[in-house]
Amino acid sequence: MSDIILEMKDILKIYPNGIVANEHINLSLKKGEIHALLGENGAGKSTLMKVLFGIEIPEEGEIILKGKRVYIKSPHEAIANGIGMVHQHFMLVPSLTAAENIILGVEPRKFGLFTNMEKAIEVADNIAKMYNFDIDVRAKVETLPVGIKQKVEILKALYRGAEILILDEPTAVLTPQETEELFIQLNKLKEKGHTIIFISHKLDEIKLICDRLTIMRNGKNKGTYKTEDVTTEEISRLMVGRDVFLEFDKEKANPKKTVLKVRDVSVKNKLGNLKVNNISFDIREGEILGIAGVEGNGQNELVDILTGLNENYTGNVLIFNKEAKELGIKGIRDLKVSHIPEDRMTYGCAKDMDILQNVFSNQYGDEKYSSKYLLKSKAMETRAEELIDEFLIKCNSFKQSVGMLSGGNIQKVVVAREFSVGPKIIVANQPTRGIDVGAAEFIRKKIIEFRDQGCAVLLVSADLNEVFELSDRLAVMYKGEFSGVFTNVEELTEEELGKYMLGLKKDEKLEGIIYE
Amino acid sequence: MQSVFNIIFSPDFFYDVLRVTTPILFATLAATVASRSGIFNIALEGIMLIAALVGVIFSAYFSSAWLGLLFALISGGLVGLFLGFLVLKLKTDAILAGIAINLMAAGGTIFLLYIISGDRGVSSSIKSLVLPKFPLPVIKNIPIIGTILSMQNILTYVVLLSVIVIHILLYKTPLGLKIRAVGENPNAAESVGINVHKIQYIAVTISGILAAFGGAFLSMGYLSMFSNGMTAGRGFIGLAADAMGGSTPIGALLVSLLFGIADSMGNVIQTGIKIPYEIVQMLPYITTIVGLAIFSYSKKKQIEKLKSK
Ligand SMILES: Nc1ncnc2c1ncn2[C@@H]1O[C@H](COP(=O)(O)OP(=O)(O)OP(=O)(O)O)[C@@H](O)[C@H]1O
Ligand SMILES: [Mg+2]
Repeated sequence: MSDIILEMKDILKIYPNGIVANEHINLSLKKGEIHALLGENGAGKSTLMKVLFGIEIPEEGEIILKGKRVYIKSPHEAIANGIGMVHQHFMLVPSLTAAENIILGVEPRKFGLFTNMEKAIEVADNIAKMYNFDIDVRAKVETLPVGIKQKVEILKALYRGAEILILDEPTAVLTPQETEELFIQLNKLKEKGHTIIFISHKLDEIKLICDRLTIMRNGKNKGTYKTEDVTTEEISRLMVGRDVFLEFDKEKANPKKTVLKVRDVSVKNKLGNLKVNNISFDIREGEILGIAGVEGNGQNELVDILTGLNENYTGNVLIFNKEAKELGIKGIRDLKVSHIPEDRMTYGCAKDMDILQNVFSNQYGDEKYSSKYLLKSKAMETRAEELIDEFLIKCNSFKQSVGMLSGGNIQKVVVAREFSVGPKIIVANQPTRGIDVGAAEFIRKKIIEFRDQGCAVLLVSADLNEVFELSDRLAVMYKGEFSGVFTNVEELTEEELGKYMLGLKKDEKLEGIIYE
Repeated sequence: MQSVFNIIFSPDFFYDVLRVTTPILFATLAATVASRSGIFNIALEGIMLIAALVGVIFSAYFSSAWLGLLFALISGGLVGLFLGFLVLKLKTDAILAGIAINLMAAGGTIFLLYIISGDRGVSSSIKSLVLPKFPLPVIKNIPIIGTILSMQNILTYVVLLSVIVIHILLYKTPLGLKIRAVGENPNAAESVGINVHKIQYIAVTISGILAAFGGAFLSMGYLSMFSNGMTAGRGFIGLAADAMGGSTPIGALLVSLLFGIADSMGNVIQTGIKIPYEIVQMLPYITTIVGLAIFSYSKKKQIEKLKSK
């Protein structure tokens, strides 16, 4: 078969902590195909790709590229062999600009010695335009929201013009429009003969764009199929090993008194641009307010304000009738406000600490787990084990450091921690980012359970299905304002919502956002 | 008291400030380059000491101050490389490796000095040479400025030039971009095919050479001989200055000048007022501590201000 461009044969990868992440895996790619890699969190997808990209060295197995055996022992060698990778957890240098990150390692020069920064910016700008990504390439990466970081990461790989491109969950934080845009580009690359490996937990995406798919479970290959030959249900079953039911019923919300009151809140970013513009809304006990919107329209800034991370705003935020600014982060959390941050690696976890330390990082002061001077380790360990079971966190034990978990499992640790305090208000920013279908449904069910127990939920998500499925009310954010509010979400169509998200439609009067 | 005042506002005082600043600034720049690449080079003190002695020995051996300097620089580069080897290849903790190098340098230089000159304290019996002082054309004729800038040791000019060179290196060249990327996120650097260790080796070597310049200046400019422990903590002051200057060359220049002023002030006060010698000697170190305290306090305030606005 001459159209096979790459073969991974019998790959065995055992991490130093004894976890067998890849158990004799075979994978073969045809030239010019888009090949999906599927599997639950912790199935070993990222590991297999890291092996291909030279970040992890396998214990056994070989890689055959265009009929020749190659030894890929570092990313450098992978790149030299025409392999590029977009990493699940971004590989970006925060203090450098987007342009500098894109050209890092392949810098345009002038006079042989100096970086040609003008050229670099031009090149970065051009490639961003070419792929229809709206990015200010002069901005430092640390100031960018996750969605934009994701785009920078994608551009970085595309700029290097890889013949085989690995995309590890590139769409986890993209909005549907952005994903669509990306797919157009991927199809173009495919036509030009590039081969693409695509990892995603969103099965509809895979149905849409992939030619073939390989399913992994527990470090093993469960078979490669032509996409048209398998249904979504079959895929789920192969992934999980049993039938998965994706639908569930949600009772109508039964909201009570207002617990979170936001009035005339505005905030500027460091550059002085207005990111949240005079927003007011209420959330009541027992309801879920969804916020939809294209990334970067002020959602994150809003979340930062509500959770106390940013106190640099005008207007009022009242949490249980107390001014948020006076409460501070600790005060807010003491009122049982939980926060699932968008960026799990920066704000969500301490990656070098173990699971136990991470799940208790918000409740060391709780007397269940701590006496006056000493921590009650027995109680903590028992509780940590409970949480691991409940949230299906795939790990060795609670002593495993969080950085060594798979991406989706890190997200589960964050969610477990935030849910375990018995929250009265949940501010959830992309709560199921990178989580497999089964676990994502579990988390959504949890959110609804909390709602039914009287918890107020603010949900920000780029995943429209999620927003539709969960929200009792839905507000659309566009350029720092609400462009529309919907109290009967069931009647809203995705198209209609899209118009509001893109600013094509805007309601002057917002009904049902404030109760008074 | 009046006389002290007069001295401080004289061109001679500022001439002295530049002279005193020179070794500190070299050390600070050395710290900057290393820490930017992600390696905390605590071995600066030892490298300076080694280079100071090597410079003296080879300048005497070849009867050439320039060859003395060259060998001093080579020794500094090699020790820097050695630190890199310990940290990168043998995976030693950078702080521990640095302390080891410092201890080795402190003892080793005395030992070597004793073998060569038979003296444990100073190298006065070795006929070493000093690097020349240098009149600046044109500038030397400008009043005041001429007095301050002209006729400095050649290495004083070198260090000022180094500020610019290191600035360009870090911010205008691909190597600098790589150094910064490696120091901040080695995984990201590696993922784009950068050889992280190679970049770090280069950075510690440059760092070693810069520190060696500072060491050579001490024994072949500031003084005309080697004396045991003559670096007197300048390597550590350099590390503090680097932290205060935010690991930038321009910051390094400003903070080093501040330390230079404190140091010169010490010299002046010593001659002007009757304060115990030991207290005056403490001045540069006290400045370091006070400086670091002010620096972190203002940082804290800044953060608070940002939050409360
Ligand atoms: N650096 C590491 N050290 C030890 N174990 C690791 C490390 N990285 C991953 N693992 C383990 O290897 C297994 C596979 O992880 P991997 O990241 O490949 O999963 P994945 O399929 O990409 O999952 P996800 O969908 O959550 O991203 C997991 O059980 C994880 O705990
Ligand atoms: Mg993964």
